[in-house]
Amino acid sequence: MSLMSDKELPQLTNDEIKRYSRHLIMPEVGVDGQRKLKAGSVLCIGAGGLGSPAAMYLAAAGVGRIGIVDFDVVDFSNLQRQIIHGTPDVGRSKLASAKDRINALNPHVDVQTFEEMLSSENALRLFEGYDVILDGTDNFPTRYLVNDACVLLGKPNTYGSIFRFEGQASVFATKNGPCYRCLYPEPPPPGLVPSCAEGGVLGVLPGVIGVIQATEAIKLITGIGEPLIGRFLIYDALRMRFRELKLKKDPDCPVCGTHPTVTKLIDYEEFCGMRPPAEEAAVAAVNASRNATEITSLELKKRLDRGDKLTIVDVREPNEYQINRLPGSILIPLGEIPRRYAELNKNDELIMQCKTGARSGRAADFLRTVGFTKVLNLKGGILDWIDKVDPSQPKY
Amino acid sequence: MATKILIPTPLRPYTDKKDAVEADGATVGELLADLTKKHSGLKAHLYNEQGKLRSFVNVYLNDEDIRYLQKEQTPVAPGDTLSIIPSVAGGV
Repeated sequence: MSLMSDKELPQLTNDEIKRYSRHLIMPEVGVDGQRKLKAGSVLCIGAGGLGSPAAMYLAAAGVGRIGIVDFDVVDFSNLQRQIIHGTPDVGRSKLASAKDRINALNPHVDVQTFEEMLSSENALRLFEGYDVILDGTDNFPTRYLVNDACVLLGKPNTYGSIFRFEGQASVFATKNGPCYRCLYPEPPPPGLVPSCAEGGVLGVLPGVIGVIQATEAIKLITGIGEPLIGRFLIYDALRMRFRELKLKKDPDCPVCGTHPTVTKLIDYEEFCGMRPPAEEAAVAAVNASRNATEITSLELKKRLDRGDKLTIVDVREPNEYQINRLPGSILIPLGEIPRRYAELNKNDELIMQCKTGARSGRAADFLRTVGFTKVLNLKGGILDWIDKVDPSQPKY
Repeated sequence: MATKILIPTPLRPYTDKKDAVEADGATVGELLADLTKKHSGLKAHLYNEQGKLRSFVNVYLNDEDIRYLQKEQTPVAPGDTLSIIPSVAGGV
């Protein structure tokens, strides 16, 4: 991994020898392996669920330089799993919080922070100076961006992904190994696969997967063991079962295949269908039509106070409905709408509502395709309702 | 001969929350056809409008990706397990 010869590798100080003694006494790591770690560098994309445990273990293990890319602020809802941040850090930048934590854990580590959103413009520049890239992001455009940048630069990507109780991990973009696009050539259309913010995640799950990613980064840097290349690891926390699937390098892969068609970074939002390659006017028209099908919390309050007959349909899950709800709303989870929409009356005026307005927007779109005409989506969901109308209810 | 099909978390709402179900068929394609007949909600998640398997959903017979076997024509033997593995992006 590191291009340095044994002679050029940095020496360990007496303090470091004391600190890393449990590595040094194992022949697989030893003094040379520890020196490779000291010379090594890992760039963590995101200081969230996966990046938190990964960065902490990499720091404790003595990886000499750890970079973190993030632009978020610590929120109370992060603390259930993002263990690099503590309660006093709520409201601080994640980078500042992560840097303090790593410095406290191991002052020998050089922490480099990049407070920017990873993009096609900055990815190659940011990745250039690191040996291994650790992908702990949370969305498809960034996943494909990280993959393509790693392939183009020839940097290994220790990959991890999580959903509810299930995790996935692999090592992509090594010299002869497959990449993320060999596994999944195309992303799902927006909205079909829920995010952790929508679907939830067991707090310890990113701990397991993030530490697997850190393990692979350490193995790549020290050159020991059998890396998770060409293998796709699936972890089910509920059944406590690991499964390993075979993963082949696709000769027709558009980025790492024999005749690549992607030779530079592209527009990943467009690739993932987040933003169709349309004229701005068309985008504006879509936004305008969306406005005509939305209602704000304040408008809804006014209409309810006026006594308008409205049917509020909450499309969240029953456990979310237990936490907070709009007065008089009925519950039909999004997944049940296709078989239960007959319970709704086409002549009633329907207000679709969820946590943020995303799921209920999809429910409203679906109802329109089956002939409902009087459907409005509550903009910003119940979170906006709590902010603007009823601050007595808890937020989650 | 019923074959066991492992269902991933994101698709369990369409199989009455079951993590494994059974289906009949001599090939992977027949198994998936029987699966989506028994659990119709899965169809839109597994196939696109042209009736082709979606490219962000991978199907494995035991530990092999069917794209590198005989795709949907891959024959199924007694004791095989089929896994559906969709891409997930979560990380924070």
